[in-house]
Amino acid sequence: MVTLNINGEQHELDVPDNMPLLWAIRDVVGMKGTKFGCGVSQCGACTVHLNGTAIRSCVTPVSAAKGEITTIEAMAEDPVGSKVQQAWLDLGVAQCGYCQGGQIMNATALLKRTPNPDTSEIVDAMAGNLCRCGTYNRILAAIERVAGKEDQA
Amino acid sequence: MSRSDDKLLLANVSRRRFLMGLAGGSALVLAARWDMPLANEKAQFGAGAMPGGWVDDPNVFIHIDSDGTVTVVNNRSEMGQGIRTSLVLLAADELGADWDRVKVRQAEANQEKYGNQNTDGSRSMRHWYDPMRRAAAAARLMLEQAAANQWSVPLHEVRTDIHKVIHIPSGKELGFGELAKAARGLDVPGRNDLVLKTADELRFIGRESGYINGKLESAYPKAIDGEDIVTGKAIFGADVEVENPLYAVIARPPVYGSKLESYDDSETLKVPGVQKTLEIEGTGQPAGFSPLGGVAVVATNTWAAIEGRRKLKIQWDNGPAGDNASYTSESYRKALEERAQSPGRVIRENGDVEGALKQAGKTVSATYYMPHMAQSPMEPMVATVVVKNGEAEVWAPVQNPRATRDTVAGRLGMDREKVRVNVTLLGGGFGRKSKPDYAAEAASVAQAFEGRPVRLQWTREDDIHHAYFHAVSVDHLEAGLDSDGNALAWRHRTLSPSIGSLFAPDPEHKGEFELGMGFNTMPFSIPAIRLENPPAPAHVRIGWFRSVYNLPHAWAIQSFAHEVSVAAGRDHRDYVLELLGPGREIHNLTVGDGWNYGEDPDMHPIDTGRMRAVVEKATAAAGWGKELPEGRGMGLAFHHSFVSYTAIVFDVEVDDSGNVIIHRADIAFDCGRQANPERIHSQLEGACVMGIGVALMSEVTFKHGVVQQDNFDTYLLPRMPDAPKEIHIHLMDRQDEPMGGVGEPGLPPVAPALCNAIYAATGKRIRRLPVGDQLKA
Repeated sequence: MVTLNINGEQHELDVPDNMPLLWAIRDVVGMKGTKFGCGVSQCGACTVHLNGTAIRSCVTPVSAAKGEITTIEAMAEDPVGSKVQQAWLDLGVAQCGYCQGGQIMNATALLKRTPNPDTSEIVDAMAGNLCRCGTYNRILAAIERVAGKEDQA
Repeated sequence: MSRSDDKLLLANVSRRRFLMGLAGGSALVLAARWDMPLANEKAQFGAGAMPGGWVDDPNVFIHIDSDGTVTVVNNRSEMGQGIRTSLVLLAADELGADWDRVKVRQAEANQEKYGNQNTDGSRSMRHWYDPMRRAAAAARLMLEQAAANQWSVPLHEVRTDIHKVIHIPSGKELGFGELAKAARGLDVPGRNDLVLKTADELRFIGRESGYINGKLESAYPKAIDGEDIVTGKAIFGADVEVENPLYAVIARPPVYGSKLESYDDSETLKVPGVQKTLEIEGTGQPAGFSPLGGVAVVATNTWAAIEGRRKLKIQWDNGPAGDNASYTSESYRKALEERAQSPGRVIRENGDVEGALKQAGKTVSATYYMPHMAQSPMEPMVATVVVKNGEAEVWAPVQNPRATRDTVAGRLGMDREKVRVNVTLLGGGFGRKSKPDYAAEAASVAQAFEGRPVRLQWTREDDIHHAYFHAVSVDHLEAGLDSDGNALAWRHRTLSPSIGSLFAPDPEHKGEFELGMGFNTMPFSIPAIRLENPPAPAHVRIGWFRSVYNLPHAWAIQSFAHEVSVAAGRDHRDYVLELLGPGREIHNLTVGDGWNYGEDPDMHPIDTGRMRAVVEKATAAAGWGKELPEGRGMGLAFHHSFVSYTAIVFDVEVDDSGNVIIHRADIAFDCGRQANPERIHSQLEGACVMGIGVALMSEVTFKHGVVQQDNFDTYLLPRMPDAPKEIHIHLMDRQDEPMGGVGEPGLPPVAPALCNAIYAATGKRIRRLPVGDQLKA
């Protein structure tokens, strides 16, 4: 048995130790906000937070997911995450939306670590998250919008 | 406007049953139906010529509950183009609905009821703008009539305000919810009795609200799925809740046409969670939308299925694949380049090209290459199917619900009516999800587990190995110039395997709809023009990729036009404006066998005046001709596709290490009348970024018939650092022109504009895509 702490709730799962966290979250726990995009840590669609750090759940075995796991479903209650979500809505970032949960998770982790990143820090931090619709300019603007807001706070 | 009873048809009560399932007994609906004076089946062009045609019955699309909630049915697939917001926005605006009280319901596959649902060809808005507005205008008129009846006042004394109807003299009001029941009993007005709102009465349509060129103009109205997307609640293909599902993946033949010989699943069955393996029958070549065959591994979770597949030992028989098993990209490219040296089937001929080339003082020639690519939407293909009691239900992210329904029905040996297809959100499509092969695969697996839902998941490797590949292409051009640099002759040979090979024995030549994508319609005014199409066989599944054959045609024509201008010693912009000549209309049927995106060439000719205008706009906005630092340059390209016009100017720097830095993109776009400018901007931004991938990094290669790339570490897509630092979009004000496409036309000019800019920055001419490390030498 493996115990996962997801968004503050304990889940006891009967899964192999090497099952990637992504599939445990999606197929076993049944939370669908975290997406499968590549399975090899190349696209970022599966990004979740482990103890506040953005990780790729598709290559993280459940045995290594010790601590607090946070997913996109919990971002509305997160003070930074909710601002990021609002900026995404304000700027109409999403096209198909499939990658955007992972983008928001990655952006939120960045802004928690670095509340006022400069443009090159944002671009570097977000380079691991693919968006086939090509929404990068709006993602960047949305992150800068949150960073600007935090400045004024 | 006449509203006399004799112009109205009685409601057909039996058609009210569609209400079932919508908000229970309190739901009210505008139940009546149109007469259909404009018969779809007589149409030769446009929406009416599509299978299923259009429908403008308010019964079908607009429902009003007694609490005032307006539900608009969206019949097109949402894949990021924003159609769920934009179509609903049309209805809400025309109806006068409060955006916050409008919901959307996604239509299931039913072309008889909803009209054409094939979400492809940049057609959704241009084909559904009028029907959707008419449906909403009819509903509005019925609400007004219901209010007038209740107040016993003449209809002309009432008008609709936001979500309510007002009696003008007295100021009395009734909400949409209060009127819904009475409106339901009324007859539907005839089309001729409808008065659509004028531009100044509209709140949303055609307005540049939202985030426009880096500035938040107004946040209203918000995208209909926006909130669900940012909170992780949006339902994509793999997110559908079904009871007790099984999960499956399939090992497919590595070469197109090869077949399963034998397999050993002993290690597979030891993987915890794996339930069963089964052979999936392939249908050979041409594959169409049918599965490729292979071995399915079925498990209690996706991971177990993937692990189990990894442990299969499979023998494939490449015999049935024939030549496909020796298909290698490098040698195929050389073979096409060789063939491009000889004449091919003549598609268009004006004047004597061979004579003019001989007499020309100067000739220019070049050969351009574009590789295979995979569409690779971020959501890999997935479908969930349950087969039970001779019926099937499908949940899948599909662009073509009707083809999905028919393909699954065919696979299961059922009648179409026994198959229900529920369309989820698509995590991107780009043409890949027009092909419902994955739904048919899921159906085959589900058939073996009667009554139990099966979710068939593609991995990213599956996606890249088994795409319906964008056709590889070689284009060879030659031009003859006089001593002043004026173009006298233009010869273009285009070679690509045809999508026709997917559905029928390989024609080895491009079909009309492929040539019509910017090849036979080459717009330059040159005395001698000869366009040829030598043969090119297909060895893989060839399919459409966003903007399709416009990609290689624009890449070659727009690169070559620049090369010719350089040879003539002239400014690129000035030269192409001269080549375009004075504004004139090119009727596409006068320039060889071709296709006009299904639209009437009289209504949608190629207007070189509109083409000139986007070129002038983009270059002016970019500051064309201004001094730039060393290592930096501007490049231009333009193209007509999907009956819209696009011009792009890139401002590009190539650093000492050969890295391409895109400082700015200026995109001028003319799609005629605009419905939702904010989503037009987002589509153009996205097409620009996708096109940068086409230009700089995306390539699928084959060796002995097998794809050499596996995942995003080798099949490269643009990332945030690759995007332009700034994208500026300039929408042309053409509200009086008929509507053109939006989703695709932004893509074709990107690669040539970028490579022309690279030339301007470095003097290095790119003729083979992607750029890759060609600048790093």
